[in-house]
Amino acid sequence: MVEVALPKGLVVSVAGTARARVLDRLRLGDAAFRQLTRAAAIAVLLLLSGVIVALAAGSLPALQTFGFGFFTTDKWNPVTEKFGALAAIYGTLVTSLIGMLIAVPVGLMIAFFLTELCPQWLRRPIGIAIELLAGIPSIIYGIWGLFLFAPFLQETLQPLLINTLGNVPGIAPLFAGPPYGIGVLTAGLILGIMVLPFVTSISRDVFEAVPAVLKEAAYGVGCTTWEVARYVVLPYARVGVIGGVMLGLGRALGETMAVTFVIGNAHKVQASLLAPGTTISATIANEFTEAVGDLYTSSLIALGLILFVITFIVLALARYMLLRIERRIG
Amino acid sequence: MSFLDSRYRARRRNNAVAMALSVGATVFGLGWLVLILGTLLWQGFSGLSPSVFTQMTPPPGASGGLLNPIFGSIILTALALAIGTPIGVLAGTYMAEYGRYHRLSTVVRFINDILLSAPSIVVGLFIYEVMVAPMGHFSGLAGGVALAVIVIPVVVRTTEDMLTLVPNSLREAATSIGLPRSMSITHICYRAARAGMVTGVLLAVARISGETAPLLFTSLNNQFWSTNLNGPMASLPVVIFQFALSPYKDWQALAWTGALIITLAVLALSITARSLVSSGKQS
Repeated sequence: MVEVALPKGLVVSVAGTARARVLDRLRLGDAAFRQLTRAAAIAVLLLLSGVIVALAAGSLPALQTFGFGFFTTDKWNPVTEKFGALAAIYGTLVTSLIGMLIAVPVGLMIAFFLTELCPQWLRRPIGIAIELLAGIPSIIYGIWGLFLFAPFLQETLQPLLINTLGNVPGIAPLFAGPPYGIGVLTAGLILGIMVLPFVTSISRDVFEAVPAVLKEAAYGVGCTTWEVARYVVLPYARVGVIGGVMLGLGRALGETMAVTFVIGNAHKVQASLLAPGTTISATIANEFTEAVGDLYTSSLIALGLILFVITFIVLALARYMLLRIERRIG
Repeated sequence: MSFLDSRYRARRRNNAVAMALSVGATVFGLGWLVLILGTLLWQGFSGLSPSVFTQMTPPPGASGGLLNPIFGSIILTALALAIGTPIGVLAGTYMAEYGRYHRLSTVVRFINDILLSAPSIVVGLFIYEVMVAPMGHFSGLAGGVALAVIVIPVVVRTTEDMLTLVPNSLREAATSIGLPRSMSITHICYRAARAGMVTGVLLAVARISGETAPLLFTSLNNQFWSTNLNGPMASLPVVIFQFALSPYKDWQALAWTGALIITLAVLALSITARSLVSSGKQS
């Protein structure tokens, strides 16, 4: 306790004040840097709330004018200023559904191949190739879909569907009408190709996280490779796979350019998958710069708000599920 | 015995079918990559000449190049990086260093993951509402900010992941020699995580260089050479969009060439990024 008894002035020398000053400066810099990083983190939060507030404010005129009817009518007439979101919402959901129907089974099978069957030396190249597929910009899918895929479908798959499934009672309306090439089905198929890599890479990651002991035990009692994948790996990885699928769905719902090229931009709810339709994102991309009048612009922003809310819910669920499996892996 | 025998055979058959299907699925998936890259090369390569990089976008029916959209894309990307990278790095730093176990980090992580896959056209609408509408005109600046909004979540995610991988013993050693926290982060942790953080920025560039939707109603398009950030600016993806949907054959050919350039750039970027990560892992 001797030091405490000493008068303060004795300890602080000239060198001590200089040192104290440096330390003060460092302390200040430290606190400033800490607050700076914290501000940046909060800015990310503000970004999301900013998006929601801006879209809500922008869509207010349209929602006030049309009320709940905005969601239930498929009329979209810029001349008489009557707008309804039904056709766009319907198109968004149907194209995404078609996309997921292709991407999920194929993606799961590729993930199964990569984790269980593929020779070790081939895994990395194939994995990278699949990820490159995810890296191709969506406008490339669009231009490719418009000039090559749509004409190809018009001559092959679509006439085939009309002549076979189009005659089956019950589902015939789905395949009615002439083969346009472009349309809901084409957009859905392209979405499927685009979402495939997302489903594949997440499924592969969660499949790889399945403890080897479980698989070895299953092989030990005589299971085949397929039985191990189907009854051991898949149930164990179920939550993660669903999370990956939802993440892919979020992508498909919001995808703009690839769909805009091939959807046909027709504001009608039609039963036929071969008919042209529209999606929320394609409507905005096609019409926003040409929109005249506040109500038209506001209706398009309201479409954007609907899209954002739908994808927000889907993505939040996906993240929640992936978080759960991450916790389990540890 | 024959019952067991047939059941055994059925299981083997199912297994063979499933294996064939999974190989088929992989071939199917890789087939698209080959098909798309093949068409791009086939359609775009013939148009690839020096004039593409030296001439402006032509009016319909004339010959020309893609110089102004290429230049515009580079400007917009640089702008987006200049705005997005510092914010992303700092936010990632907070989440990995100061607030690793803080509630705020959990919330930001969740929100950031949602922003990471949010539809890019919504980002365009957002920037239109907060920048283009109040300013009264489309501008390259708005386009750059829109792309920055896409850059931020990518950089936040990789920065946080990479800083979390830095061993704590490094931080403890820095603290034990009396280094303040901020200096141990900037001088020790950033240096240790550098390869990964650069990868994050490269991935962000790869992501935004093909983005079209957020630029459609922010930077719009410009047929002429422009360095004015306050006015509309051309960009490669938007020009591709416009030219591909036009009825003119030369415009369509230029669109294919532009598509080839973008795809090659994006693929080169993502391959570089990936090799950076794997070389970082080995050392």
